[in-house]
Amino acid sequence: MNAPVIEAPPQKAMPAGPLLFIDSLSVSFGNQHVLRNVSLDLTSGETLVILGESGCGKTVLLKTMIGLIKPSVGDVRFEDTSLASMTERQLAHLRTRYGFVFQGAALFDSATIADNIAFPLREHTQLDEEKITEIVTELVAEVGLPHTVLSKKPVELSGGMRKRAGLARALALDPHLVLYDEPTTGLDPIMSDVINELILRVHQRPETTNVVVTHDMTTAHKVADRIIMLYPLSRLKENESQIIFTGTPKELDNSTDPRVRQFIEGKAGQRLNELREEQTKNKSVLSATATDQENDHE
Amino acid sequence: MSPSVATQPENAADNVTGWFANRVADVGDMAVTMVAGIGDVTLFALRTVGWLFARRQRRDVLMPSFYQIGVLSLPVIALTGLFIGMVLAVQSYAQFKALGLQTRLGSVINLSLVRELGPVLAATMLAGRVGSAMAAELGTMRVTEQIDALESMGANPIYYLVVPRFLGCLVLIPTLTIMADFMGVLGGYVYSHAILGIDYHHYWANSRAYIDAFDFLMGIFKSFFFGAAIALVSCHHGFHCDHGAQGVGRAATNAFVHSFVLILILDLFLGIGLNNLQDFIRPDGPRSLL
Repeated sequence: MNAPVIEAPPQKAMPAGPLLFIDSLSVSFGNQHVLRNVSLDLTSGETLVILGESGCGKTVLLKTMIGLIKPSVGDVRFEDTSLASMTERQLAHLRTRYGFVFQGAALFDSATIADNIAFPLREHTQLDEEKITEIVTELVAEVGLPHTVLSKKPVELSGGMRKRAGLARALALDPHLVLYDEPTTGLDPIMSDVINELILRVHQRPETTNVVVTHDMTTAHKVADRIIMLYPLSRLKENESQIIFTGTPKELDNSTDPRVRQFIEGKAGQRLNELREEQTKNKSVLSATATDQENDHE
Repeated sequence: MSPSVATQPENAADNVTGWFANRVADVGDMAVTMVAGIGDVTLFALRTVGWLFARRQRRDVLMPSFYQIGVLSLPVIALTGLFIGMVLAVQSYAQFKALGLQTRLGSVINLSLVRELGPVLAATMLAGRVGSAMAAELGTMRVTEQIDALESMGANPIYYLVVPRFLGCLVLIPTLTIMADFMGVLGGYVYSHAILGIDYHHYWANSRAYIDAFDFLMGIFKSFFFGAAIALVSCHHGFHCDHGAQGVGRAATNAFVHSFVLILILDLFLGIGLNNLQDFIRPDGPRSLL
């Protein structure tokens, strides 16, 4: 595919340091703390997989990488430039170097698939419609969709097709960093494998870096150069790191950390006991409240 | 038993003080939330106005919003106007007949319509039809991450989603108000002439005598503010929608309720201001209907 011409591109020479550096990042929403003191760097050309159970802050971490969520504490630096120090316009230009594949694809309902994929090209390039149509057709073919989907609306497509259309849109500007939020969730195993293959294909593009958030071990093994595992803050002690594992897929398999092993093996283990304890606690609270109310009536 | 008896009045006093302190805290929380909310909407409005002039508006982005707001609202606004006019005739007739002033019915119906009822009821109807729909649509886009997708592609959601709706409401709600006024005048006349048997000539002669351009323009002027208020309040609710179907539903309901309240508040203050302006322009005051 020919790289589209972006007006006033914020491109720079590749620095020697990491492509993206997350420095002591904490994110809270009101009283709810999601991420605490997370540090991470991302080397150009690698595929990083972020694993972790639901609610541990994987998606929040992914969205802070592109500035969709602002950190409460800490910093995110892209090629040594802090996202927090950028103006709205600079951040918008920087985002032309990102591609984001959302969990539910997040295609615009009111537009056709062709218009969805063409959106970043129309927004950031001055290509004529003929060239845009050519690029859109190439992208659709690249993600293995028939060209007949171009005139369809997102609601007319299956989940797998929507995800592939979302990937095509994310690749429209030839991004340097592609972020995937749970790319295989809700798909059958065959379609999941198709998506994994597409992630590998994107990885083969020159200077393309991938970050994949998932809880699918097959995806992690297939696409990852490096894996990190996040752990929910609510079950960590004050001084414990929220990243409980960093390493290659092989190192993950050989990990002896019980929390990592529990995730890999998909066993509820202690969590079942916690669930039972919580239920018992709730019941006792309810009965105590009922007794109080009875006493009040008396 | 005795120690507990001794401490009872003290506990009761503590309870009363505690209850009172909690209520004061609640009122304080409410005030802080309200001030923060107003500040939030104001910033949202400033950003919208900023993007209105920062970049040329795209026809393909504007037209769908204009169609939704203007064309699709036309039938309901025409019907609303028609019935307001007829209802005014029904309600005013008995009073005017008792005074023997049936022929003045045209002036009171048309004056009420163009100054007050046309703009306010058209705006109320549009807050329900357009405002709720905008809040629900943007709320759904927020929940399904479409707004995040726009941002992630380096596009500004205010420019793409709010400015077209704001412009649509600003331009088309006054236009729709003119339509509501016209249909109301028509409805009032048809009912007064065809059902109540009021003479055609006197009906229109009295209308012309008591209504001037200021009365008509006053209503249209107010509708610009109503349009802006509906767009900003509804888009703000959609943008800050909570997750889930309940969040979208709440955003749509709040968009209507808050728009409606704002329309009434704006109507009062604009009415006072415009009446003072009218007194300044026409010091001899308006002609008495009686």
